[in-house]
Amino acid sequence: MSILKTQDLTIAFGGQVAVNSINLSIEEKSFTSIIGPNGAGKTTLFNLLSGQLKPTKGSILFKNEDITRLPSTIRTRKGIGRSFQITNVFPNLTVLENVRLAVQSQAGVRYQMIKHFRSYKKMNEEAYYLLEQVMMAKQADALASNLAHGEKRKLEIAMLLALKTELLLLDEPTAGMSLEEVPAILKIIEDIKSSGNRTILLIEHKMDMIMNLSDRIIVLFNGRLLEEGSPQEIMNNETVQNAYLGGLYDDHTA
Amino acid sequence: MLKHFNKSPVWVLISSAALILLPFVNDSRSLMIMITQIFILAIFAMSYDLLLGYTGIVSFGHAMFFGIGAYSTGVLLSRFEPTMLWLLVSIAVGMVVAAIVSYFVGLLTLRLSNHFYAMLTLALAGLFLVVAEKWRSLTLGNDGFTFRVPDVMRDRLSFYLICLILMVAVFFFLMRLTNSPMGKVLLAVRENEARTQSLGFKTIHYKLISSVVAGVIASLSGSLYVLSLRFVNTSVFALDVTLDALLMTILGGVGTLIGPIIGAAIIEVSHHWLSELGKSYVIFERWIIFFGILYILAVMFFPKGIVGTVKEIRWKKKRPSKVETNNKNKRIAG
Ligand SMILES: Nc1ncnc2c1ncn2[C@@H]1O[C@H](COP(=O)(O)OP(=O)(O)OP(=O)(O)O)[C@@H](O)[C@H]1O
Ligand SMILES: [Mg+2]
Repeated sequence: MSILKTQDLTIAFGGQVAVNSINLSIEEKSFTSIIGPNGAGKTTLFNLLSGQLKPTKGSILFKNEDITRLPSTIRTRKGIGRSFQITNVFPNLTVLENVRLAVQSQAGVRYQMIKHFRSYKKMNEEAYYLLEQVMMAKQADALASNLAHGEKRKLEIAMLLALKTELLLLDEPTAGMSLEEVPAILKIIEDIKSSGNRTILLIEHKMDMIMNLSDRIIVLFNGRLLEEGSPQEIMNNETVQNAYLGGLYDDHTA
Repeated sequence: MLKHFNKSPVWVLISSAALILLPFVNDSRSLMIMITQIFILAIFAMSYDLLLGYTGIVSFGHAMFFGIGAYSTGVLLSRFEPTMLWLLVSIAVGMVVAAIVSYFVGLLTLRLSNHFYAMLTLALAGLFLVVAEKWRSLTLGNDGFTFRVPDVMRDRLSFYLICLILMVAVFFFLMRLTNSPMGKVLLAVRENEARTQSLGFKTIHYKLISSVVAGVIASLSGSLYVLSLRFVNTSVFALDVTLDALLMTILGGVGTLIGPIIGAAIIEVSHHWLSELGKSYVIFERWIIFFGILYILAVMFFPKGIVGTVKEIRWKKKRPSKVETNNKNKRIAG
């Protein structure tokens, strides 16, 4: 069964059509990767799916419900969570506070204004546990603005995990991380995949990672869906080779 | 978790104990009146900081709520018996009106970008000022009117103590509020509203709550202010009132509660001192110029205010190595 569908999804910025009439159908509990050169429209597609942007045309169905006009707040509550390529955390809050906000939202603790936040022991433990998962427990008390780029990215992932959404949109989760950090993040992603109860959409440039993880791969090019198929099909596809794999990706730096 | 312990409540309690004793040690009447003013303005400044420092909302018309409280108390006490009951009713009326006005101002503008709130509050405070000037049958316009207050409030010492208690109460109430799960969301809104939304919080609700709470507390301070003067005129709606709150907050430390209290003390003391000087040197009568200069200096050299700067210095001293985060990262091609 498909959990997410888009029909004729299109957005134009002025004259430039960044996402052009995309029709997707994402299977429940599947792992789909989205590849494409810089500026192909991958992040913009995520922005449409998570509600950061509203499409010029077309619609989005999540679990058979039309969510095209719903704001990001409601989409998150319905089960669409994402991480951001350009890290998007709360700079003057500590790392722990950042994650705890996500935990708090997931726990539905929204308007409690009398009890001290520290008395919510479960939430604090959960936030701390998530930081341990992304190996950031040591920096729990550091301000998010003082983190290195790769660490902000790990924080993003911890916040995404905290939301426990059914659908996860990961936008280049390992870009800018040090070599020793990548395997751990990869492990987290693999664990989510093998737990078998989440649907994952991943934007990545690292082909080996994509080939191992993906059930399907979607190739975007100039806002259009260029090709879609299993990792093998995509690897052997000539159009894709020419448009994308022909050396474009390996000089990409995030 | 003990290292997170915030010492400012302890300081507030110790200082309040000292302030309770002060009138019994030094019975200077003018000193007591000045400190009472500081308590009242500190309440006002804290309410402003809830908006500015904790939610990231700029208001140029916070005087509106101050004035609403001021006129509610003034008008009701002049029309009815100056009893405690009517006083409490007048304060409550001010708070309710302030809550309603701040709710609708927020509802109209807080969905839009933040400067709409700043502009609408500025315009509305101006409107309130004009109405207060024109509605002479009620307000006597710019001349204002005096009114009688309950006997307890006439006694300078008891009024001093009541204002002190209320300031401490507001401090602890806001402390609680800002440290609650909801308060943490306010901070998140201040930091990055879009991100807060995408975590699943309806940020408009939080901004409205902050706007209403700030309006209600500002109204309380307005009521206390006119009680201390036993007089009210249109100046309570003036832009200066808002700018004073802004200056106190920025000078003391945005995003802290102790900051606005310190800011209120500094502004009130220097206000006092400058008008004393103004008696001998005319230039000092233009104290607003000095506040302008003070404002510019504060923004340039202490953007985090006194409390923020002190905290920063202590922070650096305590953990010099903490700033250095894992920068050893060998970046890899993403
Ligand atoms: N808010 C916006 N306003 C105007 N143009 C935009 C906006 N967002 C994206 N674009 C444009 O849309 C195009 C697609 O951008 P997008 O960020 O989706 O690319 P991408 O595939 O994620 O690239 P990368 O691999 O570099 O992350 C780009 O040309 C970009 O300039
Ligand atoms: Mg992108």
